[in-house]
Amino acid sequence: MSPTGPRDPDAQSQELLGSESRVPVVTEPRRYGRWASAAGVLLLFFLIVQPIYANPLIDHSVIGEYLFHPVILGGVWVTITIATSAMALGTVLGVTLGLMATSSNPVLTVVNRAYVAFFRAVPLLVQILVWGNLSLFFPRLALAIPFTSITLFSLDTNDVMTTFVAGALGLGLHQAAYMSENVRAGLMSVDRGQREAALSMGMQRRQVTSHVVLPQAMRVIIPPAGNEFISLLKASSLVFVIAGGDLLTKAQNIAATNLRVIELLTVASIWYLAMVAVATAGQRLVERRFSRGYRRDHSSESPIGLILGKVRAW
Amino acid sequence: MVAAVEIANVSKAYGDVQVLVDASLVVEDKTTLGLIGPSGAGKSTLLRCINHLETIDSGTIKVHGEAVGYRREGDRLFELGHREIARRRADIGMVFQVFNLFPHMTAIENVMSGPVHVKGMDKGEAKAMAMEHLRAVALENRADFYPSELSGGQQQRVGIARALAMDPKVMLLDEPTSSLDPELVGEVLDTMIELSGRGITMMVVTHEIGFARSSCDAVAIMVEGRIIEHGPPGEVLVNPKEERSRAFLRRVLG
Repeated sequence: MSPTGPRDPDAQSQELLGSESRVPVVTEPRRYGRWASAAGVLLLFFLIVQPIYANPLIDHSVIGEYLFHPVILGGVWVTITIATSAMALGTVLGVTLGLMATSSNPVLTVVNRAYVAFFRAVPLLVQILVWGNLSLFFPRLALAIPFTSITLFSLDTNDVMTTFVAGALGLGLHQAAYMSENVRAGLMSVDRGQREAALSMGMQRRQVTSHVVLPQAMRVIIPPAGNEFISLLKASSLVFVIAGGDLLTKAQNIAATNLRVIELLTVASIWYLAMVAVATAGQRLVERRFSRGYRRDHSSESPIGLILGKVRAW
Repeated sequence: MVAAVEIANVSKAYGDVQVLVDASLVVEDKTTLGLIGPSGAGKSTLLRCINHLETIDSGTIKVHGEAVGYRREGDRLFELGHREIARRRADIGMVFQVFNLFPHMTAIENVMSGPVHVKGMDKGEAKAMAMEHLRAVALENRADFYPSELSGGQQQRVGIARALAMDPKVMLLDEPTSSLDPELVGEVLDTMIELSGRGITMMVVTHEIGFARSSCDAVAIMVEGRIIEHGPPGEVLVNPKEERSRAFLRRVLG
């Protein structure tokens, strides 16, 4: 066997003991400090979780009983649909606003700045309450042609602004402000030369944006957008204040009758954990899709896999 | 016969800095012109004005008799609409100093992008044609590689193939070898020499005096925004008229 070729590391260390003339090989040291800190953290985790689990005032059977209760499942469905509708609205509006931010038309830029300033400044809870109570100050919603008496339609606000619509609208408009900033950052991250190369080939401006700039901007937009969707999923619990019919509303309604507050909050938490886990997996998939052409890094490797690998190697 | 590129009395200023001063230059069809001169002389700016990546303040630029960015009414120039500008740019290929390949597309997708999106060519047809262009720059075996997986020289050859895929009337090359490692300059120069041999009209901003001397039909020297010398390489590089040209050549030839 050639002395420089790949060899079995054990055989190699034997050889190393025997002779100084062999090629030395880097061996990973045993990091005892890491094992000690890992053990310490696990112990701390146990000390916190154990008293909660062993608490006689928490009835674990209630958690099991309500986890798949039809009312709770209905609430889960409402939470998912409110969050996805709000994300869809926030994305469409946010991309539009983001494109406005980078426009050469100063009016569009100012509108973008004003929108972001307003919807980012007013607390989400307040926005949801305003939409939920819209009928108090706009009893009817009508579309009319200005300066004439022609009215195209007129509807009772309470018929249009259901708690679902109010919740999705409040969350979506708020989300759009954040998404707009993401999109702006993404667009700015694309080198000017990319736009020039596309223009020099004769592409129309719209094509330059859709074929060249946006696909590259997506790589920068997706990770924070994924974070925001996860945050939105949880923020959707705020529609509880307008009796939105979501997971938290349903859990609280049940708790109000059987007084099992902690148990039902635990049921809700388990569902939020599950939904966020699914959303996180989705985020990874989308990130991979938009990172094509860029060198793969290892930061996306799961920490659990890393730990198992280490334990196995040991 | 109409010249491939006709630049007449073009001036441009960035604020107080005059970057182009009454510049005039003609590139004949099926010839290669090398544009040389010291850094900051305005060579790249002049090149970028030809396909309207830069605007001008006065003068005219025509490609095959057609103005690219403006329409003229008497003594006034009015910028064309961006659709019309895009249509005229499609006839002018451009190769950049830093390649500017689309990083999210493979080599062949880069080459296909113009024909597919601008000319509306069928994808299968575009792919076959793009493969021919990659073969011409000896990169058919790198078709499915992303730009990040290619060397600088390979990237620039894909950039040249991408520009050629639009079947342009004129190729503009903006310092195509300036950001390459010295040992990779040769392969790109070879590609350019081959294009020149095929009768493709090229205007090349370059610091490669050797290329200008041996492979260009004409050479122009630009200093401080003015074209001060223009003629066959044997004249301009050997026997320049202006003292500033001689000073520049002394510096680059050592």
